[in-house]
Amino acid sequence: MGELLRSLPLWLVPTLPAAGFLVLALAGGRLPRRRAGTVGVGSVGLSAAVTLGIAAGFLDRPPEGGLRVETLWTWIDIGAFEIGFNLALDALSLVMIFVVTFVGFLIHLYSTEYMADDEAYSRFFAYMNLFVACMLMLVLADNLFLLYLGWEGVGLCSYLLIGFWYSDPANGAAARKAFIVTRVGDTAMAVALLLLFKHAGTLDIRQAMAWATASWPVGSGMAVAVALLLLGGAVGKSAQLPLQTWLPDAMAGPTPVSALIHAATMVTAGVYLIARTHAVFLLAPQAMTAVAIVGAATLLLAGCSALVQTDIKRVLAYSTISQIGYMFLGLGVGAWSAAVFHLMTHAFFKALLFLGAGAVILALHHEQDIFRMGGLRRRLPAVFWTFLAGAASLAALPLVTAGFFSKDLILWAAWGSAAGCRWLWAAGAFGALLTTVYSFRLVFVVFFGDEKGHVGHPPGPRIVVPLTVLAALSIVGGFVETPGWLGHVTWFTDLTGQTLPAVDWAVEDHHVEHLLQMVVAGITLVGVLAAWLLYVRRPALPAAIKASAAGAWLARFWLSGWGFDALYDRIVVRPFVACAARLRRDPIDRIPAVLAATAAAGNAALSRTQDGRIRSYVFGIGLGAVIAVAIVVLT
Amino acid sequence: MSGAVLLGHGLLVASALFAIGLVGVLVRRNLLFQLLSIEIMLNAAAMAFVIAGARWGVADGQVMFVFILVMAAAEVAVGLALLLRISRRVPDLDGDAVSGMGG
Repeated sequence: MGELLRSLPLWLVPTLPAAGFLVLALAGGRLPRRRAGTVGVGSVGLSAAVTLGIAAGFLDRPPEGGLRVETLWTWIDIGAFEIGFNLALDALSLVMIFVVTFVGFLIHLYSTEYMADDEAYSRFFAYMNLFVACMLMLVLADNLFLLYLGWEGVGLCSYLLIGFWYSDPANGAAARKAFIVTRVGDTAMAVALLLLFKHAGTLDIRQAMAWATASWPVGSGMAVAVALLLLGGAVGKSAQLPLQTWLPDAMAGPTPVSALIHAATMVTAGVYLIARTHAVFLLAPQAMTAVAIVGAATLLLAGCSALVQTDIKRVLAYSTISQIGYMFLGLGVGAWSAAVFHLMTHAFFKALLFLGAGAVILALHHEQDIFRMGGLRRRLPAVFWTFLAGAASLAALPLVTAGFFSKDLILWAAWGSAAGCRWLWAAGAFGALLTTVYSFRLVFVVFFGDEKGHVGHPPGPRIVVPLTVLAALSIVGGFVETPGWLGHVTWFTDLTGQTLPAVDWAVEDHHVEHLLQMVVAGITLVGVLAAWLLYVRRPALPAAIKASAAGAWLARFWLSGWGFDALYDRIVVRPFVACAARLRRDPIDRIPAVLAATAAAGNAALSRTQDGRIRSYVFGIGLGAVIAVAIVVLT
Repeated sequence: MSGAVLLGHGLLVASALFAIGLVGVLVRRNLLFQLLSIEIMLNAAAMAFVIAGARWGVADGQVMFVFILVMAAAEVAVGLALLLRISRRVPDLDGDAVSGMGG
């Protein structure tokens, strides 16, 4: 059995969704809706099944060196520039393909009901399948060039799906914004790849990393430059400071898209990239510090913004930015495995929260304002209980949720690792308070209180089943890695430890660890209590705060995401537009214009000779013949 | 009469015929007469072949004459068919009136 599972070809995993995309793209319009849905869900489902088989084989007996490479063909071969189309599976990509295919499958299943009334049903599944294929390409690539292909592919799918309902210009604008803002980061990443190729002479990840480790001393300028440029790419894709502005607007897409692309998988690609190229980051301690600071700052900023949003999806969007901030914090202090662990648990509970939000939105006839919801606890019990599980996991309620274990690991590393410091821990701990307050604000405002809206569309089984599975994972998914005093399971770290280096601990004292865990657990409970007080017991209190001058200003400021959009509009967009407006009447443009005018005049003159009379044509031919003969005879 | 004289005179006649044909195409406006003039030009060219063949004593000239004859027949067939169509639209067959393809 083990042999059979180990012989499952790796290429099947990305190929199945890609085939689904091709079928839907070429024949989608003519397929009946039911069959289009079957193709869309089935391709990802099969891919998930193959992934489970491969994972079972991998875990049963890991391949030599914890790495399985599958050489498919040579993609590009120009002199020294040789790019193979090869897939590599190690513990890190195993976690990623599991998350992508499994969570992806559940979200596809959910979409068949969520999108049931949409006209462009098969187009939706075509894009979703293409996304899954590109994301799998990204995480399975064994060289950075192929990774970049997947990276741009998921960016394209994100663009297509944010602007899915393209007849509304606002959605198109949101899609372009996402595409252009991430492009800033992608450019930095492309420069990093070129630098790496120039120096290392290869883009093969393992070779390039080995070369960098052997050739660049720690803290050397080139290593820092490459690491910072890679960070730039990761920051763009993962919506971290200062390129976080696109993600809240990306909520213009359908809710399953927000769940799959803008919460569970694509936005965590930046975390994957940094974990994948950790060798370069280990050579650049300054860049590591930058990663940690970006993460800490982002999680605080986005946490504050999430507190005051009124659109249910925007709350979740800011919380996604904030949670990825935690992952960056973990990466920055060298807790690679903890960051990937949080990535996995986050994929479960954030996909769950988005899908739950989608079910609520669908039930209330596309109402997204949380203050027009309320009292849904009794109307939508299945959604309530699963959403509660997701929110508890997001808030990291101690012991009973997956989020607790992963976030705890990051926070402990932020304090205790050699690269960590108390300030980073304090930022993370304060972020935990914000997280709890905004997640339970959602729960209390949406599901408690008086009923305000009419519940129209109760969720069917294809919505409830994915919610239940994800809720179960959000609760028990954390028990693969528990702290010392709680069973001391280190299964996840053991797995990723085959690929990622262990944390470089500076504080080994377990009493400190336990104390900090108690403190964070206490903070979380205080947060729940605060949310209950503010939104259930004394609903007048937040309104009073909002009514005061300072409160109103702060609420507006946070609602707009710390004014980043206005700032970028002023310093980037408007100067660019002004520049473009000026360049429209560029004097240099006149030179080609002269050429065009000459050609047009010549055309007018010559077309006058075409008068349609046979006699003048004969005259032309005769004259030409005479001239030709004269030239031959006279010369 | 020597070969050179034959050649000189013969080609003179051929050229004269060709010129008459060309002038005919240029100055006549009736399409039927233009077609006739083209026949004259074709025959002038064919005659030049025959004369050249006689000058060098080979049959190639006469072979070419047969070719040109066939081609002329084909051309007349197509030309007259077109003429019949055009005569429906332009009864007096004025070539200049059929200039709708002009740029």
